[in-house]
Amino acid sequence: MQYTGGEIIVKLLENEGITKVCGIPGGANLPLYDALSKSDKIEHILARHEQGGGFIAQGIARATGKVGVCLATSGPGVTNLLTAIADAKLDSVPLVAITGQVSSSFLGTDAFQEVDTCGLAIPITKHNFFVRSVEELLHIIPEAFRVAESGRPGPVLVDIPRDVQMAKMEVLEWPKKKENSPLIENKKIEPVNMEDIAKIAEVINRAKRPILYIGGGILQANAHEELYKFAKKNNIPVASTLMGLGSYPSDDDLYLGMLGMHGAPHTNIILNETDLLIALGVRFDDRATGNITKFCPNATVIHVDIDPAELNKNKIAQYTLAGDLKEVLEKLFPLLSADDRQNWIDEITKIKNENPLYMPRKKGFYHPLNFIKEVGDMLDPETIITTDVGQHQMWVAQAYPFKKPRKLLTSGGLGTMGFGLPVAIGAALANPDKKVICISGDGSFLMNIQELATLAELNLNITVIILNNGCLGMVRQQQELFFNKNYVASKFKSNPDFASIANAFGVKGYDFTNVKEANELLRGILSTSAPSVINVPIDDRENVLPIVPPGAANYQMIGGKIIE
Amino acid sequence: MNNQDVVIQLTVNNHPGVMSHITGLFTRRAFNLEGILCGRLGNGKISRIYLLVKKDQRLDQIIKQLEKLYDVSEVLVCEDYNHKIFDDIHKLIRSDDVKK
Repeated sequence: MQYTGGEIIVKLLENEGITKVCGIPGGANLPLYDALSKSDKIEHILARHEQGGGFIAQGIARATGKVGVCLATSGPGVTNLLTAIADAKLDSVPLVAITGQVSSSFLGTDAFQEVDTCGLAIPITKHNFFVRSVEELLHIIPEAFRVAESGRPGPVLVDIPRDVQMAKMEVLEWPKKKENSPLIENKKIEPVNMEDIAKIAEVINRAKRPILYIGGGILQANAHEELYKFAKKNNIPVASTLMGLGSYPSDDDLYLGMLGMHGAPHTNIILNETDLLIALGVRFDDRATGNITKFCPNATVIHVDIDPAELNKNKIAQYTLAGDLKEVLEKLFPLLSADDRQNWIDEITKIKNENPLYMPRKKGFYHPLNFIKEVGDMLDPETIITTDVGQHQMWVAQAYPFKKPRKLLTSGGLGTMGFGLPVAIGAALANPDKKVICISGDGSFLMNIQELATLAELNLNITVIILNNGCLGMVRQQQELFFNKNYVASKFKSNPDFASIANAFGVKGYDFTNVKEANELLRGILSTSAPSVINVPIDDRENVLPIVPPGAANYQMIGGKIIE
Repeated sequence: MNNQDVVIQLTVNNHPGVMSHITGLFTRRAFNLEGILCGRLGNGKISRIYLLVKKDQRLDQIIKQLEKLYDVSEVLVCEDYNHKIFDDIHKLIRSDDVKK
């Protein structure tokens, strides 16, 4: 039978099990959209800005671990999408972006809405494909999915000229969904060597003061259960990066909380004391390590990651292993001795008690940490939390009681403001049975506020909570601490009425300004399933504490101990 | 003659865009690239690229990042290479011999 390029793309997406794609049509991808309208398996989600579309696809991917798909037209459609792609690259999110391109005969002529898409995508994708003929689609589309989801996941862009989408060809047999294609076989992860495993197990068993330093790799490998068993058997305390939050239950005795720039004081102090750092699925990011030369100065380092290029990149490790974390933990487990590590645990308990995270109980309901804690207590552990970027994001990381993986969706590597709302939409689309909360700030929320229209249209179970301090809080805080309180361009002279804006979009808006019994009102709103936006006024002088100054070691944090 | 340099030998798929993936990687990761030699192999489906780079502590990271590139099928490091090749290029560039 004869198929157009557009029809072939749609059929191949169906074969990949894709049920939702998100994007915006335009001149150069209209043939694809025309074909998409005839699919009864794929629902199209119309975003209001391509960046929103990219982040909705990311929301689906981050919440499920499966590939998210987004579509954009050429030129501005592509450039708008780039931020969402770069964000997916830095947080290793599997994403396939299919972009329209001007017809082959116009390529290189500066045609209307022509931009060098692949050229723009090179530094921010895992790989990108330019499709030169309709025949190539049969190979490239399945290949794009394999690349996006194999090994360390990441975004893949496929750029397809309009004439290729319209060209017809006879297809007798569709490519089968393969685990590994021949072309990427040479990038395959080697099976884990048992000698390495035995060596690492011995080092752990011998260590006196070991710490597990875990990151997003744990949830990517779906290895949280193996991690829990592992930590419990040998009684190794667990410190998590931002991306790892939820991979280890926050209410467990061995849990130390988040490390790094805004980590709890005790976490950073304990890391300074360790003699063996067991780094699993982490990349020694500067926000986690502080001054890397002063990070865990007395520790032997074991580093396990699926990406060999991360090993010895920022920090030299004495034991390295490139491999799948689930497999590594499974194989290590039987070789690990059961140990109560009473001395080390006692010492940690003492440091924990002497250096707790600042929780300003006396400052009441509207202190952001108290408020987030309150929200956490009202919701069940299945609830998905998305954040934007800034102070509110760090307060969520510090105070929200995450107990399960893939429940915190946050922009860790790129730190993209505007991330929260569209990612919440994607997460809700992938989890129709779950509530999704987007905790945002008044600065971040404005950066993708147009997606409220998408939310109203889809009527999803999402509540947006805007912690509103009338400024770019993280910038204001750094100006206060590091730039002599010279508050340049961080205070908003005017701010919209967010509750009214939400209502105008068709989403229920609430304003907690001057609301006294906010606790009950909040509980009421969270118990409904209609989309809503809550504006929560907070004091603009509140800082995220502690904070490690630029260039300092993690234990040299400011605001480790606060007197209320 | 210079033993502070090494040559990285790459075997790559031969299609437009491969070169920009490789040079893009060097820009993105702030690696230095001192020279490039490139040509088709056999039936033209694959190419061979020689990269002249500084031998320093970043070399290991460069190799690992090159190995991750989709179109790169083999990466070899040649410490003991024929210096004449790159020296000749420099001579060629200076002498304008390419112009007929």
